[in-house]
Amino acid sequence: MAVFDVEATSAEEIARLLDARELTCEEVAGAYLSRMAAHNDALNVFLHVDEERTLAQARAHDNEGRSGIAGVPMAYKDLFCIRDVPTTAGSRVLEGYKPPYTATVVRRCEAAGLVELGKTNMDEFAMGSSTENSAYGVTRNPWDAERVPGGSSGGSAAAVAASMAPLSLGTDTGGSIRQPAALCGVVGMKPTYGAVSRYGVVAFASSLDQVGPFARTVRDCALALRVIAGPDICDSTCLGPPEPIELPEREDLRGLRVGAISLEGVGGVEPGVRASYEAALETVRGLGAELVEASLEFSLTPHALAAYYLIAPAEASANLARYDGVRYGLRVPGDDIFEMYDKTRQRGFGREVKRRCLIGAYALSAGYYDAYYGQAQRVRTLIRRDFDAAFEKCDLLLTPTSPTVAFRIGELVDDPLAMYACDLFTLPVNLSGLPAISLPCGLSEGLPVGLHLAGPAFSENRLLAAAHALEGAFAFDPRPPALMGAA
Amino acid sequence: MRPGRARLLDSKAVSLTPDDVRHAAALAHIGLEPGELESLARDLAGILDHVGRIASLDLADVPPTSHALDLVNVLGDDVPRPPWPREELLSLAPERTADGFLVPPIGA
Amino acid sequence: MSVPAGWEAVIGLEIHVQLSTRSKMFCRCPNESGGEPNTRICPVCTAQPGALPVANRAAVERTIEVGLALGSEIAAHSTFHRKNYFYPDSPKAYQISQFDEPLCSGGRLAVPTADGDDVVGFERVHLEEDAAKTIHEGGGGGRLAGSHGAVVDFNRCGTPLMEMVTKPDLRSPEQASRFASFLRETIIALGVSECDMEKGSLRVDANVSLRRPGEDELRTKTELKNMNSFSFLERGIARELRRQAELYEAGEEFSTQTLHYDPSSDELTVLRSKELAHDYRYFPEPDLVPIEPSAELIDGLRASLPELPAARVRRFESEYELPLAQALDLGIGSGLAAYFEEVAAASGDARGAANWVLNEFSAHLNEARLSAAESPVRPAALAALVGLVADGTLGSSGAKQVFAALVDGEGGGDPAAIVAARGLGQIADADALAAVVAEVVAAHAQQAEQFRGGKENLMGFFVGQVMKATGGRAEPQLAQRLLREEIARG
Repeated sequence: MAVFDVEATSAEEIARLLDARELTCEEVAGAYLSRMAAHNDALNVFLHVDEERTLAQARAHDNEGRSGIAGVPMAYKDLFCIRDVPTTAGSRVLEGYKPPYTATVVRRCEAAGLVELGKTNMDEFAMGSSTENSAYGVTRNPWDAERVPGGSSGGSAAAVAASMAPLSLGTDTGGSIRQPAALCGVVGMKPTYGAVSRYGVVAFASSLDQVGPFARTVRDCALALRVIAGPDICDSTCLGPPEPIELPEREDLRGLRVGAISLEGVGGVEPGVRASYEAALETVRGLGAELVEASLEFSLTPHALAAYYLIAPAEASANLARYDGVRYGLRVPGDDIFEMYDKTRQRGFGREVKRRCLIGAYALSAGYYDAYYGQAQRVRTLIRRDFDAAFEKCDLLLTPTSPTVAFRIGELVDDPLAMYACDLFTLPVNLSGLPAISLPCGLSEGLPVGLHLAGPAFSENRLLAAAHALEGAFAFDPRPPALMGAA
Repeated sequence: MRPGRARLLDSKAVSLTPDDVRHAAALAHIGLEPGELESLARDLAGILDHVGRIASLDLADVPPTSHALDLVNVLGDDVPRPPWPREELLSLAPERTADGFLVPPIGA
Repeated sequence: MSVPAGWEAVIGLEIHVQLSTRSKMFCRCPNESGGEPNTRICPVCTAQPGALPVANRAAVERTIEVGLALGSEIAAHSTFHRKNYFYPDSPKAYQISQFDEPLCSGGRLAVPTADGDDVVGFERVHLEEDAAKTIHEGGGGGRLAGSHGAVVDFNRCGTPLMEMVTKPDLRSPEQASRFASFLRETIIALGVSECDMEKGSLRVDANVSLRRPGEDELRTKTELKNMNSFSFLERGIARELRRQAELYEAGEEFSTQTLHYDPSSDELTVLRSKELAHDYRYFPEPDLVPIEPSAELIDGLRASLPELPAARVRRFESEYELPLAQALDLGIGSGLAAYFEEVAAASGDARGAANWVLNEFSAHLNEARLSAAESPVRPAALAALVGLVADGTLGSSGAKQVFAALVDGEGGGDPAAIVAARGLGQIADADALAAVVAEVVAAHAQQAEQFRGGKENLMGFFVGQVMKATGGRAEPQLAQRLLREEIARG
């Protein structure tokens, strides 16, 4: 049995070791399963694991021959439908549900030979920024078990951070990949809206949701993106990226105009995050980029947050209406069907989900549509224009990913508005459909800080190239000291 | 064009009342226990106080965006493919008959 | 009187038409009827988590065709919206429909009548998906109260549904029924739906109100839903008009309600109140992108529209000089129309062709349960028969015999051959008839005497006897002349 250090091996490196037959797929899968067994009880990263299924997939690749990244394990946020595999979306209302079909992105991963590692924890129906809204307990941040991993894809971020998986998939509606990536010290990317299929992905807010990868390195992130991006006839909004995703190689930023958003007047940013951000800007300069000051007149104001917190709940209120106890999932009996609906959804949904469904219903209701939802859609136009204007003067826009490092479990869970403010830097690109990536740029008080790069539509290759160059310069060690050297 | 649509609210924040919450819960078919109604009403009023200020912006000249991309005319060819075997979908139902999804009476 | 005296009826119709595409509106499950419950379903039409809609291109094109046929404006930019409501027949708890940007706006349908065209305007034609079917256990016949639960069948769920809303231009139950029937024929002629009211591929609801003649404003309207025949539609509307008139005249008020009409009892009942005038919370469907039909598409669809009933009826009147009644009977429903035109062209005798097609030929189709295209009597054969009657070779009785023979497939479909084989040619030669005429008159001397005495109507009797003796082959005018001469010889 070859020595295989899960903490120190990227997906790309695993593939090379498999190519060189220094490892078998089964050994690779086994190593991650052991790591999972050692740490999942403490961290609550995975909701569902089927060791036999994982090993069987790995063995099949060993027996049938493999190429490319086949044999590399992949973990999935628990809202990706996989046929006959439990999929809860972090909710009681889907407890025990096993989908009768498989999401397109999962099939693409299967076709590339990625081995299913299991389903990871998440905020219920992707609503949240801490994974505290899961009906199955919070996931703990591998850097500090008393802190949140971020959300809603907290499990997928923590899985990679804790080396329980080399790659994982999440979804991002207002920051749900990038913010947990920042809080967990890993790379996380939200592609351009329409680059990746949403078919088979439990919907939260249809015009905002996008699927994206978590990884230890930017190149790994690109590898995963290359697998999942592409057109899908089952998703009318997905035509795929116009160019193939490239593996980044450049180590400098020469020739790039990088717009740095000033944090002047932006409330709620921790001093440590601010300091890391400013240091990162120096690194950008040092790599040869032309650093320009950029501003988003509208997108970082409370109105942008308001638009998001009206549009997303409105779409969610409709997307979650199907959880009614009729065709699958939880059913709480009632004397008549309307009582059954009321009771099922009362018991099945957690508090944050209820809040958002109610705000959503209200924002769309007769007499209020124009004032709330209608206005939010107009603000959305202003945000698009904001980015269009900014990208006339620069090729990329920088901000911190999250205004804070990982906060303590319980600290914000009863303060919805404070929790919503976590998404300040991330949600504008969801509203405008643009791509963005977060990579770790340093530590503050021993906790990771993420740098956020946003680009124009379908500029994934530019983002990956820049992030790769910065990654080299930051030389961030993604191994949480708390777990380093552990089993 | 929409029936009963409001004019823009004025800049005073519109307070969300427990009745509003009850009405929203009825629209969303989410049952609420008495205690739940009050605490949710508090939460939502607080959220709407902030988020609702959007109502007072003058955006009459700004067109709404409903889709992130400027795609049009994405349509599927009218070619049928085999349906799912009945049992695969019916077996997911909390209650069922031999060939159908069973629900409580639709009521008064 | 179906419109209460002293009142003007204001009626609008909402028509739902299931399109006969091959697959459903937002998924590619087969679009068929019948079969076992829940055998045409998939994750999309059962609203599994993560499922997404993909709009059916053919359904969009068929709807545009209908709009073009009505002269509607086809939207440059059309969108789908979510119409949110909870009901077990609606698995997403929203229906994907259209709201303020429908595919077709405006339009009109002109129903040909003896007094010119009866024109009814349309507000819009839009596209949406049909709901599932709920069967109420324990309570039959679709009534909901007191049932023990319901079973849902999703086969129908997601079928493409075209919703057509007329302007409130109709003024009587009869006019509404006639209009609905003609609209149905028009849609069938377009080939976009079977329009079978019993199977549910055509559903008609009526919005009904009254006002005093000369009143400009519209008063409270009620909605009558799902009348499944044109005669029930007519009776239901009439019944509701009477009910409203009685209420107004008694000084009572009523509110906008949804009513169900029971034709067997001629009674109206209020349907389940839909949760106090639903707030559907329409918003643009984010999972579907807008439709912007190109000029090329529209021009192409317009160019391929078939001739529609209204146009064909008027053309039959002018081109073939047929009376309106015959033009309507032949022009509506393409089965007879095409056949008729072939016979008219081959025979050069449109009137003769019309008579034969509408009488003997139609009776034959009914009895044999065949369509015109399936009949063994081919247009060329019927045209030849029409010619043989026109040129005097056959009298009416002989012609009927030839027709019956054509139905049986005799003579290789050639009337002339049948005439020859059976010796059916009309006897138009005076010498040939003279002997028969003499015998008949001799055999009925008493009647001859009465005829000479002035009983003119006995000529029919004598002609009948001559026909009997000649197997129907005597040429009637000649027989009459010879008879008169013979009787007069006395």
